[in-house]
Amino acid sequence: MSGLTVDGVPVDAAPRPGQCLRTYLREAGHLAVKKGCDAGDCGACTVLVDGAPRHSCLVPAARAVRDGACVTTAAGLGTPERPHPVQQRFLDAQGFQCGFCTAGLVVTAAALEEGDASPRPDAAADETWKGNLCRCTGYRSIRDALAGRTNVGPAGGLGTSTPAPAGPEIVTGRAAYTLDLPPDHPAAARLHAVLVTSPHPHARIRRIDATAALASPGVRLVLTHRDAPATLYSTARHESRLDDPDDTRLLDDVVRFHGQRVAVVVAASVAEAEAAARLVEVDYEVLPHVVDPEAARAPGAPLVHGDKDAVTHRISEPHRNVVAQTHGEVGDVEAGLAAAHARVHGTWRTARVTHVALETHGAVAWLDEHDGRLHVRTSTQVPFLVRDELAHVLGLPREQVRVHAARVGGGFGGKQEMLVEDVVALAVLRLAEQARARGERPPAVQLDLTREQQLTQVPVRHPMRVEVELGADAEGVLTAMRLDVLSDTGAYGNHAAGVLFHGVHESVALYRCASKRVDAEAVYTHQPPSGAFRGYGLGQVVFAIESALDDLARELGLTPAEIRRRNVVRPGDGLIVNGPADTDVELHGDGVLQCLDLVEAALGEPDAAPDALDLDGGGWLVGEGLAAAMIATIPPRGHHATAALAAHADGTLLLEVGSAEFGNGSATVHRQIVAEALAGHAPWDEPHRLRVHASDTDACVHDTGAYGSTGSVVAGGAVAAAARALAERLAAGERPTPDAPLRAEGSHHGTPRSVAYNVHGVRVAVRPATGELRILRSVHAADAGRVLNPEQLRGQIEGGVAQALGSALTEEIVLRDGVVTTRTLRDYRVPQLGDVPETVVLLADTHDPLGPGGAKSMSEAPYNPVAPAVANAVRDATGRRPHELPMSRDRLWRLLDAPAEPAEPTTRETP
Amino acid sequence: MDLGTVTSFRSARTRADLDLALGEAPLAGGTWLMSTPHPQVSGLVDLTTLGWPDLEPLPDGGLRIGATCPIATLATSGRSALFARGAAALLMSFKVQQVATVGGNVCLGLPAAAMTSVLAGLAATAVVWTPDGAERRVPVAELVVGDHRTDLAPGEVLRALEVSPAMLAAPSTLRRIALTEHGRSAAVVVGVATPAGPRVVVTASTPHPVVLHGERDPRDPRALDDVAWFDDPHGAPDWRAAMTARLVAEVVADLDRSAA
Ligand SMILES: Cc1cc2nc3c(=O)[nH]c(=O)nc-3n(C[C@H](O)[C@H](O)[C@H](O)COP(=O)(O)OP(=O)(O)OC[C@H]3O[C@@H](n4cnc5c(N)ncnc54)[C@H](O)[C@@H]3O)c2cc1C
Ligand code: FES
Ligand code: FES
Repeated sequence: MSGLTVDGVPVDAAPRPGQCLRTYLREAGHLAVKKGCDAGDCGACTVLVDGAPRHSCLVPAARAVRDGACVTTAAGLGTPERPHPVQQRFLDAQGFQCGFCTAGLVVTAAALEEGDASPRPDAAADETWKGNLCRCTGYRSIRDALAGRTNVGPAGGLGTSTPAPAGPEIVTGRAAYTLDLPPDHPAAARLHAVLVTSPHPHARIRRIDATAALASPGVRLVLTHRDAPATLYSTARHESRLDDPDDTRLLDDVVRFHGQRVAVVVAASVAEAEAAARLVEVDYEVLPHVVDPEAARAPGAPLVHGDKDAVTHRISEPHRNVVAQTHGEVGDVEAGLAAAHARVHGTWRTARVTHVALETHGAVAWLDEHDGRLHVRTSTQVPFLVRDELAHVLGLPREQVRVHAARVGGGFGGKQEMLVEDVVALAVLRLAEQARARGERPPAVQLDLTREQQLTQVPVRHPMRVEVELGADAEGVLTAMRLDVLSDTGAYGNHAAGVLFHGVHESVALYRCASKRVDAEAVYTHQPPSGAFRGYGLGQVVFAIESALDDLARELGLTPAEIRRRNVVRPGDGLIVNGPADTDVELHGDGVLQCLDLVEAALGEPDAAPDALDLDGGGWLVGEGLAAAMIATIPPRGHHATAALAAHADGTLLLEVGSAEFGNGSATVHRQIVAEALAGHAPWDEPHRLRVHASDTDACVHDTGAYGSTGSVVAGGAVAAAARALAERLAAGERPTPDAPLRAEGSHHGTPRSVAYNVHGVRVAVRPATGELRILRSVHAADAGRVLNPEQLRGQIEGGVAQALGSALTEEIVLRDGVVTTRTLRDYRVPQLGDVPETVVLLADTHDPLGPGGAKSMSEAPYNPVAPAVANAVRDATGRRPHELPMSRDRLWRLLDAPAEPAEPTTRETP
Repeated sequence: MDLGTVTSFRSARTRADLDLALGEAPLAGGTWLMSTPHPQVSGLVDLTTLGWPDLEPLPDGGLRIGATCPIATLATSGRSALFARGAAALLMSFKVQQVATVGGNVCLGLPAAAMTSVLAGLAATAVVWTPDGAERRVPVAELVVGDHRTDLAPGEVLRALEVSPAMLAAPSTLRRIALTEHGRSAAVVVGVATPAGPRVVVTASTPHPVVLHGERDPRDPRALDDVAWFDDPHGAPDWRAAMTARLVAEVVADLDRSAA
């Protein structure tokens, strides 16, 4: 064995025969090497092997060691003090958000620049970068980094493009994410948990035998339903645990979807745990299952939670598989439709899509030697809510549990669930009992979901079937709106109610109309659960309403912008769906009208690359479309944050705040808020003096968490209050002493709320003969109130648009009779650099009287209007209307070109 | 990813080292082996240490491609325009193409294996080492028999792929479509002009290569009538069928143009 060197340092560990270089490097402490897929698709693990960029998850470690390879990671390219030129360019351009993809991008770019990457086909950037996925940025800022453009200035107050404080660590591979534990970490030596999962969509476990597994080498523990607490809960996390049904057991004796966990094996290594997992014998009584949400609520359908009770478990009608519903009417819809001059009607469907945060769900738990508490370090958006529920499920006092997050590698709502923390916590508690009996130190346990598990077990966006009927008078003023919505929540009801109610809320409330009726139900099926995802149900319903409205405009001969101008809510209007209006939402300003004007004007401008297509020769048709969306700046029913800011006598400032940073940029905005409030209070007003202790249940009293786009407006509001209070005390002449820092607290309770608007417009070219679609121009106008950080805001919008284009055009979790067939990223089609067009971002000039510094939240919202804008453009180009997402090439071809009787889709089963 | 069931790693130096034990798999670039779980594999035998030349001229002017030749090396060899176009039809990035081998691409037997597409299009012959120490030769178009299925018997190893000088020199073309611009191919159609008329090979939309040549005339609109269309998440079969018919017509037209 020749041995290899990493960043100039020899590593002498012997690799395991089947090991890949990625884990070999990480085990040797080289944590710059990330795992996004472990399968060659994402590029997050890229390192240089003898100067050439390689996906280290694909390199056999034994080969690299045998050949004495010289390996360079992002950490070896440069340091925060002396970054490599490519790393500096990623800083200047801020070519990252969560930063989980960055190390791999930087290494690849550095190799291309050195010219060491030969031989390689001389292809365009789109081709070159298809092996590096980024889920956060939408790639524009990455293109800027590659091209050497600068997008940020020095750190400053509100309104400046302050760079992310973690930037230097991120670009040099030093930022620590959830599972990047340094060697001196109390949980550095840890056991590994592996899941045994169900091969059936619905079955009862007759017998489960772990004898052979327990006898397998390295195995320390096997958990089955016999070990699981009886307490039922929901993986969904909300400020109130009563928002979601209690329908989930940590390990259950009934499995309700293919891939559901059945047992947990904990062993010294992942390989040993996997080997033992194959030895767990499970005898299943296969039960009938239902996968079609329409069939699920028909009489006689197999019941998913028939064993549960409506009141106890908070399931609307368990005997009908309905977990949540709303039915109601304001005005008189029948009369409104009868009186209408024009009416339109249609049914739209959306697909299962998944977050693909580049960091998979993972957690490590241990019992702390000093305080004896259960500690969980996890990839979460909601540390406090996870702590509370862990305590509830495991029967521990809340004070006995500490939950904290390191840097989180992307969330998008997917980390507003408790999916791995419960497993590692239970395992640690059980192992601690064993260890105590033997007088040993209790071990730590890690669970790191694979990408395949992310695609097959972890909650997806709720697929919906949305029927819309609209009527308008001759002037285009709405006389009636009627919606019938069916949401498929899969096997569990996590977020089912919240997504359903939110989905039909701002989408319907955006338009003033005297008569509205909404009937909506969320139903269980024997499929992987649905959950929280950017936009929280709005994207699905907005797709339908905005498509129908486009048809209505055509009927009436109005432009798409004009019909919206005539109907959108105005200050003074209530937000009305199918009952009384919310009382804590205020409308201010004319943001939506500004956005419509901006998009309409920008769509009129010529395409960025007018010669890109031989439009006439190739049978392409061109069209334009736009769509609007509204979102409340804060989720309803309470969202709380507390913050404390302390000035120390040594001139430093310590900010303690609960909320997590996962690429949403709240850490940057919080710094700007502090800088603004303390300006003039030397020496505490210098940006480098601020330290932040965040995303930790020990950091402050309570924080509902970073969901519903609240990092800036709620946590930011608390930070602003604390900073203002501290500034007042400093202004009054108070000063810290060496033993008593000067401390001020602030809080925000998420009410009253206001609304933000987004309008997206596109020009597309469509080729009916093949179903190809090109976006010629993409423009997005947002009403974000006062802009706190222009570059960051632009990045959030571009990232949301890119994710939405994925949902609109390519992404889909495909199921066949309850079994997921898209089990790798390659099969799922996350947009690559070459798939995402540039979006022109335009901002309305408004000021929100409620948000910090006049700002509104803007991280979920940009997603919502994109798919209908594209669909409306397809309709404009071709005369035919898409009713189903994604508008993949095969579907568009079927819509536009297929022989007279369009064949039933054979590969797709969406509700 | 880590292959937890693998307990041995051998570097083959001679042909005798290719005597594979039960559970041992030949390891070429490893880009497939390391990218998915293989619980049935217990040992890896590295082929890249056999020292097989990547590209060798044959006495008749043809080309012998070592099974362990990286796809990127073949793509940039300039020996046929099809090699680079084939590489571009793969989903894998340039980083993976520098490691993935031509032989591994063929032996894996994916419908979207673009090296199979171009080699079948070029009527290449696969040279297969049999476990008894002998050698057999089989057309590439017949080596791949279905999705993840080849005609290789257990213990057989692909040694090389040979292309005749006439096919290398003939006018050729490749057309493809996928659900996304740079995504996994849904249909790949390769055409080569031969004295006996256009040789057109369909891959990716069918579980194994379909050769349209001679009796099965690519100009015959019914040539694809009895084809079974491949069904996976990379495109619905009805669309794939329609796109294949389109691409075949375009390929034939390309070849006609280059003949004129
Ligand atoms: C991101 C990514 C994208 C990919 N895209 C594509 C794609 O678009 N199209 C496609 O077809 N594939 C694709 N693949 C799959 C695979 O990586 C390629 O097919 C690749 O060419 C396989 O070559 P390899 O040398 O890496 O094979 P290996 O992984 O080493 O081996 C592949 C299989 O062939 C066997 N094998 C290898 N060489 C021989 C030999 N000489 N004789 C007998 N058996 C042998 C191995 O035992 C193994 O079963 C992709 C993989 C990744 C990670
Ligand atoms: S982790 Fe290696 S490419 Fe994704
Ligand atoms: S910044 Fe690229 S994945 Fe988050």
